[in-house]
Amino acid sequence: MTGEWPLYEVFVRGKRGLNHVHVGSLRAADDDMALRNARDLYTRRNEGVSIWVVQAADIAASSPDEKDPFFAPSGDKVYRHPTFYDIPENVPHM
Amino acid sequence: MAFDNAYEALADAHDDARWAFGTGFEDPLSGVDTTVPAGVDGDDLAQYCLMLGDDALVLSHRLQQWCTRAPELEDEVAIANIGLDMLGQARLLLARAGKADGTERGEDHYAYFRGEHEFRNVRLAEREQADFAQLIATVLVLTTWRLAVFQRLRESADPVLAAIAQKGVNELTYHRDYAAQWVVRLGDGTETSHARTVAALDDVWPLVAELFETHDVERRLHGVAVDPAEVRDEFDDVLAQVLSAATLEPPQVRAKAGVAGGKGRDGRHTEAMGYLLAELQSVARAHPEATW
Amino acid sequence: MSVTEPALSEADSERRLERHFEDVIAKDQRIEPRDWVPEAYRKTMIRQIAQHAHSEIIGMQPEGNWITRAPSLRRKAILLAKVQDEAGHGLYLYSAAETLGGDRDDMTEKLISGRQKYSSIFNYPTLSFADVGVIGWLVDGAAICNQVPLCRSSYGPYARAMIRICKEESFHQRQGYELLMTMMSGTDAQREMVQDAVNRYWWPSLMMFGPPDDDSPNTAQSMAWKIKRHTNDELRQRFVDMTVPQAEALGVTLPDPGLSWNADRGHYDFGAIDWDELKQVISGGGPCNTERMERRRAAHEDGAWVREAAAAHARKQQQRKEVAA
Repeated sequence: MTGEWPLYEVFVRGKRGLNHVHVGSLRAADDDMALRNARDLYTRRNEGVSIWVVQAADIAASSPDEKDPFFAPSGDKVYRHPTFYDIPENVPHM
Repeated sequence: MAFDNAYEALADAHDDARWAFGTGFEDPLSGVDTTVPAGVDGDDLAQYCLMLGDDALVLSHRLQQWCTRAPELEDEVAIANIGLDMLGQARLLLARAGKADGTERGEDHYAYFRGEHEFRNVRLAEREQADFAQLIATVLVLTTWRLAVFQRLRESADPVLAAIAQKGVNELTYHRDYAAQWVVRLGDGTETSHARTVAALDDVWPLVAELFETHDVERRLHGVAVDPAEVRDEFDDVLAQVLSAATLEPPQVRAKAGVAGGKGRDGRHTEAMGYLLAELQSVARAHPEATW
Repeated sequence: MSVTEPALSEADSERRLERHFEDVIAKDQRIEPRDWVPEAYRKTMIRQIAQHAHSEIIGMQPEGNWITRAPSLRRKAILLAKVQDEAGHGLYLYSAAETLGGDRDDMTEKLISGRQKYSSIFNYPTLSFADVGVIGWLVDGAAICNQVPLCRSSYGPYARAMIRICKEESFHQRQGYELLMTMMSGTDAQREMVQDAVNRYWWPSLMMFGPPDDDSPNTAQSMAWKIKRHTNDELRQRFVDMTVPQAEALGVTLPDPGLSWNADRGHYDFGAIDWDELKQVISGGGPCNTERMERRRAAHEDGAWVREAAAAHARKQQQRKEVAA
């Protein structure tokens, strides 16, 4: 479908001194829209929160089981886009 | 059983700061010193609060009507955010009116138990939005105008209004930006979206001049109220920038006349207003003795 | 493509991957997006998450029905924020399904063509403002019972989305109950509204847990894969046990003469559920199925030109950037 917007991954730094942490994904037509949507959805527009967005297709990723002898042969399939970490307690609104 | 603990932990989780403004209190001005400053007419101040409050309440109502109808889920969330912010501004301003006129009436009295002719919102706020382009055009025009007014209102001689404006400026900056980005996307996007946006602006524009007409109340409240005529240039500059980026032109259309010399600020509204209020007030008026 | 791999037969490789998958499940660890999973797990999981997402999105409608008429500005703000949360929940869940290869457009298509379901509870109408409170109390309460175990689902992104959703749902449930408390201490007309809403929503809430265990064909596999942690009947019983004292505190009567404490079982007994009604509602014959689907379809189709415009603008911007570079 021509109208389909690409998938973005969203990373949030809850406060200074912490890493950005993956919080989820969303769809947006462009980077600006992705940032805005991320702010609405994942931070409820909390001021002072830093947000990164990146198109899921632009992320190079290893499989979580890469070092494992049973490395998944289908690990490079695009639909298995990555989500990285558990959400730590100190990220607001999670 | 971990299941029990999980439920109890969740049920106990208090973290109210994460919830939208306006959901966690009964009286928006609780704890605020609401004394009317010396030399300011309380009735005029109340009328002015109703003007700004009704704009927000009525626009919020139109945004609420978009709920479950947005073009994409992300925009569902964004439109609701703007509606919530506007509702929050309305609550503060209507509550301020009840303190300023000395009647101690609460926000709900003004929202639910006034007649149509007592509402002071500009007519553009009450206009029905037939499609997303009309919604976005309306939000762009109203928030650009309101942001310019609120930026000046931060210097108001009424400290309560100044504080409400300070909070509102942050919100309105965000709303204006949301609408501006969408106008650019729609104007520049496809032939269809361009045509719809042109039509939407044509539809909205006849009610734009009304926004900048100075009302007697605003004139009398010099130093407390903002004269909207002062923000016309700023409004035109912002709109020119946005429309140019959107490959659009400011419409050349005639302004809509008032009725018997009155417009929205005088309580003379469009035919759409009666239906809007019928919807807004129906439950509250069916149970006038009830508390909610 | 690597050339160093010795030729492991397809079947051998598949068996080893499957053992690894089962090992992760057995150790109660989480499956993560790029892990190999059996095709049936992937399909089941996508369907479950998608139907959950659809339920959140369709679930906005019955309550959204009262936002513009909410009788106080505070209740209006609470309700609008709640319905907005549901849109957010839908988004979290569609995102989780996308990590397994689900596609949001495709899932939306399946919803509006009726090929994927949503919770049958949302096919009942909201007929008074008390319904807003009762949905918060009973429907969100039942949803919490259903969903808290899903915070430990074997699929990591789903489990994480559920943690966030459950936190918000428990807030909604308290808000709903608080509205009902206020109404019950109000006028006679308000009390009647609350009782009427309870009468209409009690049985459909019990049906939210799905068919009885002996008629639930997917439960066994879902339990083995730790997609599901408790059976339908276990969760339903837990909900009844939790809700009866809350109803007493509120002063409403649950519309079931068979409801009584069973000291031997340590649980409340309750009357027979009308499973024919559930079947009728699930198969499209509920009071509002047509209206809910039609509204969702209209929003999606009316929004198509907007989504296309944004995509077209993004493409043009990209081209301008390339020309400028």
